[in-house]
Amino acid sequence: MRSRTRSRAPSRERAALRYPRSVRRLGAFGLAAAFLAAATLVAAFVGAADLNPLATAAALLDKVPFVALPSSMSPLDRAVLFQIRLPRVVLGALVGGLLALAGAGYQGVFRNPLVDSGLLGASAGAGLGATLAIVDLGRAGPGVVPVAAFVGSLAGVAAAYLTGAVASRTMLGDGVATLLLAGIAVGSFLTAVQTLLLQRSAQDIQAVYSWLLGSLSAASWQQVTEILPYAAVSSVVILLHGRHLDVLAVGDEEARALGLRPGLVRLIVIAACALAAASAVAVSGLIGFVGIVVPHVARRLAGPSYPSVLPLSLLIGAGFLVLADTLARTVLSPAELPIGVVTALIGAPAFVWVLRGTRSAST
Amino acid sequence: MTSIAVADLAVTLDRNPVLRGVSCEAASGRWLALIGPNGAGKSTLIRAAAGLLPYQGTVLIGGADAAALSARDRARTVAYVPQEPVLPPDMTVAQYVLLGRTPYVGYLGAPGRRDRARADAALERLDVARFAQRRLARMSGGERQRVVLARALASEPTVLLLDEPTSMLDVGHQQQVLELVDELRRDGGLTVLSTLHDLTAAGQYADALVLLHEGRVVAAGPPSAVLTAGLIESVYAASVAVSVGEDGRPTVAPVRRGPADGATQPAG
Repeated sequence: MRSRTRSRAPSRERAALRYPRSVRRLGAFGLAAAFLAAATLVAAFVGAADLNPLATAAALLDKVPFVALPSSMSPLDRAVLFQIRLPRVVLGALVGGLLALAGAGYQGVFRNPLVDSGLLGASAGAGLGATLAIVDLGRAGPGVVPVAAFVGSLAGVAAAYLTGAVASRTMLGDGVATLLLAGIAVGSFLTAVQTLLLQRSAQDIQAVYSWLLGSLSAASWQQVTEILPYAAVSSVVILLHGRHLDVLAVGDEEARALGLRPGLVRLIVIAACALAAASAVAVSGLIGFVGIVVPHVARRLAGPSYPSVLPLSLLIGAGFLVLADTLARTVLSPAELPIGVVTALIGAPAFVWVLRGTRSAST
Repeated sequence: MTSIAVADLAVTLDRNPVLRGVSCEAASGRWLALIGPNGAGKSTLIRAAAGLLPYQGTVLIGGADAAALSARDRARTVAYVPQEPVLPPDMTVAQYVLLGRTPYVGYLGAPGRRDRARADAALERLDVARFAQRRLARMSGGERQRVVLARALASEPTVLLLDEPTSMLDVGHQQQVLELVDELRRDGGLTVLSTLHDLTAAGQYADALVLLHEGRVVAAGPPSAVLTAGLIESVYAASVAVSVGEDGRPTVAPVRRGPADGATQPAG
């Protein structure tokens, strides 16, 4: 050992070592941002009312601060763009971004690439909440369903977290596996209750079923402003914990030896992910596959470091769902496909492709 | 001055007493090795000293009660390397070593220029700078151990806690890692508290040994005082031959009990 050459790499050489990685990271962010912008534009001019792509782009850019562009759009087209298309695009971007971000956060917290935003009873709780609202309170108005789904989703996660904590006898301790298993148990229980409810009121099955498959067809600026505060708070909290998720990757014990409190970090990130997923589910129903596929795409682009994976997931998830929703409302136009069907139809093959790429990159 | 000391330490795991009334200390810049049979409580002692287990008794770090230190302050002083460190396969060597700076980065902060400089210095000190952008999954066993030590060094600790640093390595890499730890200790004034199941390695490298058996200290002192055939036979139920080299450091060799096939039978 003593005879080994002590190569002191000059600093320029070291900078060169780092260089490709930061370029890769920048490139990944550029690509993700371009993807979201392109998806937004396409979603804005494609649809039942045919809008001129150039005029649409001009009208959108006109809304950007300090940009003034004359647009040749008719008042009717303007109304279609700003009152029908755009709220749906923005809501879709929010929902997709939140689902992907929550999925990435959960994957970091649980050190498990297979978990997604519906984890820990979140989807099952939302499903039960929405079913209760439709079956028992349906006459009170459709505005109740999002609230019930939101509350149900958060309650599902809380029940799973508490069950896991009781089972492992620590509120902030280890027991990632126990927590995941508790989530599966709570999820199954909630789904069973939901099935029981549905079975007893067959006339509501259609309504519940279409909610379960997800849709953005009721999108409005009001829905956007309703979920925006929750979306903002939860996203900021998750994004601020990227570095902590990297530390958690070495396991709880070593993370503690590095001065981190893994239990506390886990509780904060889980709470934020639950809030993000609940706000998304409230306005869109259950949309699968975004939370699990998108973080893997982000990793393929920029490597496994969470300070990159989290914001990239937000951008890519937003673009992905905007595109999926555009397909959902145009493929069988004027009928609409459930968006959950579209995300799974695109997501499943994409996921296989991503996994194949990961495999060949690691050998 | 003692760098790390435990006094009257007791640890109970799942209602089983694992350590009872253990006291030992390592002077600054020295290497104290914990030896003893499997299940003697060596790793438990290391983990308690790292603050990872609840314990009764006292752990002193640099003369201060470790229980009064915040987790971050403790992590800046004491670096812990477990027997089988978790190496996230897709993380690069540079990213992994930078994790060693965690105790210096504020809760919402990001590693700064100084942190990168310290991580770079650790990479170079352990001769792994040329692997900086390589994924951990592609590192060999010996390289991994050096990367893990680089992460520990990046925390700028005064005490290095090593749980079986050589258990996964062949004899050549074992020797390299032990020499390296010894170099770090001598050059950087690091105090090393390690477990070592290889008695000869413990005898060759440690300044002092503590022999643990069933959670208690059976013997402590310089290697020549602890590594005696009698003690080893009584604690390990092993048959060994101990020879002492010119430097006064003992080597321990296991000796076959029954007669070997074809061996000359004593006349009788």
